Amino acid sequence: MSTSFVLNGKPTTLDADPTMPLLWALREVAGLTGTKFGCGMALCGACTVHLDGQAVRSCVMPLSAVAGRQVTTIEGLQSAPAKAVQAAWIALQVPQCGYCQSGQVMSATALLEKNTAPSDADIDSAMSGNICRCGTYPRIRAAIHAASQSIKA
Amino acid sequence: MTNDTLSPPAPQAPTRRAFLKGAGTVGALVLTIGFEWAGTTRRAAAIAAAAGGAPFAPNAFLRIGADDSITVIAKHLEMGQGAYTGIATIVAEELDADWTRVRVESAPADAKRYANFAFGMQGTGGSSAMANSWPQLHDAGAKARAMLLAAAARDWHVPVAELTVEKGIVRHAASKRQANFGALVRTAATLPVPEQVTLKDPKTWSLIGHRPARVDVPSKVDGSAQFTLDVVQPGMLVALVRRPPLFGATLRSFDATAAAAIPGVVKVLQVPAGVAVVAKGFWAAKQGRDALVVEWDDTHAEKRSSAQLMAEYRRLAEQPATSARHDGDAVQAIRNAAHKVSASYEFPYLAHAPMEPLDAVVKLTASSCEIWAGDQFQTVDQANAARTAGLDPQQVSIHTLYAGGSFGRRANPGSDYIVEAVSIAKAFGADGTPIKLQWTREDDIHGGLYRPMYFHKLEAGLSDKGELTGWRHVIVGQSIMADTFMAPMMIKNGIDPTSVEGAATIAYAIPNISVELSTVKNGVPVLWWRVVGSSHTSFAVEAFIDEVAHAAGADAFAFRRKLLEHEPRMKAVLELAAEKAGWSSSPMPPMGKGRGRGIAVAEAFKTRVAQVAEVSVDDSGHIRVERVVCAVDCGTPINPDIITAQMEGGIGFGLGAVMYGSITLKDGHVEQDNFNSYRVLRINEMPRVEVYIVPSSEPPTGVGEPGVAPLGPAVANAIFAATGKRIHVLPFPTSGAA
Repeated sequence: MSTSFVLNGKPTTLDADPTMPLLWALREVAGLTGTKFGCGMALCGACTVHLDGQAVRSCVMPLSAVAGRQVTTIEGLQSAPAKAVQAAWIALQVPQCGYCQSGQVMSATALLEKNTAPSDADIDSAMSGNICRCGTYPRIRAAIHAASQSIKA
Repeated sequence: MTNDTLSPPAPQAPTRRAFLKGAGTVGALVLTIGFEWAGTTRRAAAIAAAAGGAPFAPNAFLRIGADDSITVIAKHLEMGQGAYTGIATIVAEELDADWTRVRVESAPADAKRYANFAFGMQGTGGSSAMANSWPQLHDAGAKARAMLLAAAARDWHVPVAELTVEKGIVRHAASKRQANFGALVRTAATLPVPEQVTLKDPKTWSLIGHRPARVDVPSKVDGSAQFTLDVVQPGMLVALVRRPPLFGATLRSFDATAAAAIPGVVKVLQVPAGVAVVAKGFWAAKQGRDALVVEWDDTHAEKRSSAQLMAEYRRLAEQPATSARHDGDAVQAIRNAAHKVSASYEFPYLAHAPMEPLDAVVKLTASSCEIWAGDQFQTVDQANAARTAGLDPQQVSIHTLYAGGSFGRRANPGSDYIVEAVSIAKAFGADGTPIKLQWTREDDIHGGLYRPMYFHKLEAGLSDKGELTGWRHVIVGQSIMADTFMAPMMIKNGIDPTSVEGAATIAYAIPNISVELSTVKNGVPVLWWRVVGSSHTSFAVEAFIDEVAHAAGADAFAFRRKLLEHEPRMKAVLELAAEKAGWSSSPMPPMGKGRGRGIAVAEAFKTRVAQVAEVSVDDSGHIRVERVVCAVDCGTPINPDIITAQMEGGIGFGLGAVMYGSITLKDGHVEQDNFNSYRVLRINEMPRVEVYIVPSSEPPTGVGEPGVAPLGPAVANAIFAATGKRIHVLPFPTSGAA
């Protein structure tokens, strides 16, 4: 079985079990390993990608569900908000172990693409599905605010 | 190779090989301050060939290429704590290197060259990376710098004393000559290593004490950082293991028919850990594992509930125990005291739950075993892998990649997940097929090697003037070291120091102290967990001293400070945290209804940390930690930004644990499965954190763990200030605490 969709801006067809979670199709079939496996139950956000611009958990989304749609992974981030997020992540030295950070960057980017000036409550709401065991939360919050400033500037 | 291609080899292109390829292409010359070449590999020989001369190897930590690349070789695992950056900072400082040219690569498993001096074997833990690297890497950097200068002096026929170095460029002002390091390596490689070198004056440091950017951050922001999960080898298969549902149960029988019928499943194998399903990818392996029909033999399994175990611990706390510290006569002092205070504290089992579930790739043949892992205990894992494979340790090579967190889990004396991966490759036929063992989150939460459960009982005596005259502390729980190969080294006079550290080492000046340990055995596998003993002892000591201060009618800060007059560094962090939090030494007015402030101080791994937590508790008992002020003395601060990050992270990690962390057993079955039932801290629960670093020129000590130690008691003491209720059982009640 094959599933066709747009992956990081390119029309893509993956030959895989359509019930396979998108996460594993991206990682093991498309070879894009930036998206991580953390829980397999949409509880931790390490597998966050964008589906038609929305942050979704790829570990519970069957490959078949993305047929004909736009999927963006950490490798395909291009938007101005995405670049602002990544620059702020570096400027504020956010990552520690780094394993959750692809997901954090994807969630933060999805937030800023809709809301260029998020409040702390907006950040809590958008980011509380992304666990960081290293506790980089204060820097994530600060980096989202910094990225917001740089987008507006 | 890019600047942020660090130790983790890219899939199918290990860094060294990539380096060699580059070296071959550009005919690069390499000055290796580093390798003992005797008995080295083809790769080393190839480097030698590329260099066009006999390479030279006084120590093992640095390589400089003709392309000006500076490669620092890290003997420690990078698991988030910033070890790679700290290690590179020390070398680059003494070398006067251009920081933007510095890359870090992981060391191979080799106890001779890369032992952790704190352990006598290669491994990372106990917040020891900076402390045990400090003299070694100053020396490595300084000797390399001296050789580069000597090379310039020889090439230019000028005195060494007339040369200067800055950011990787050697200059001779008088003749207006200059050269990058890369241009000097050919000559430098022919020179003798100096016996003695003078280290830089700390006043001239431009990296140490400053904030050089982390070497690993760019690749961790764009998804290119390589974790074990990301390793791809040609023909690689993925294995998941069905393990027994009870600790100590064994395999009775299994039916693989349905599993083998799943498309993509290659083999179903019996292994010591259980039944392994080896497939062409994670999803097939997972489906195959789900389809297994397995019968277990529970005869020798641990079938008790954690509540039963705790009841037994409580009973044991009243029985005679082994003395871990005995000053004066605590029992008599408490008996004669004007006021007596007592309390007990209960601590649950805790899982580490690193974000990257355990994983390892093994490529096993009849004569070699190659391992890719976020390896934290390299030479232990090498020995255990060799034993499992039936090989010599020298036949086992380890590529250490970034670890997606560990908190102690990836370093364990039995090398559980490494041994599992090797045993699968062996059962598969040891035919060189690379196999990636992947644990799921449920495997991780169910998988044992928990922070042990403990019961603490404390008693204190106060004079009629409110002076603390006696302190008795009884600890009941499993030993982490018992039944491991480390037991003979670690357990002295019946005391596992990891059970009592932070309690037997209590810093307060108390004339009569008794600390006693009752070590129990049961079937639940246990392990060190971030900040080890202090993850529970610090809570017990600092929550109880708060109760004692309250009973004495004293201010919690002033009471502690008075007992730390003889401990200037502890006293200084306590005062700094109190000052920054606005805690005056006289009793403070209440913060208002439902709000409270608590303080705690701890020493862990020779680093002193004090924290003041501010909490609010609403009418339904919901606790929110609003702010944590943290002061830390870790000796010479190598990178203040990383120290700050580790304190922030330790606070978040510790807060999640005291608020939610608990592994419980029901008739031997672990009751938690994933992040829904084993809750950890989320961003909306993270307090504001302020970190203050005590200036110091003492040797550096670690920061990866100590920030966790005082957080729990500081918060518990703040909850008491807000509500009048003490926390005696962890984790905190989710509601109704107030």
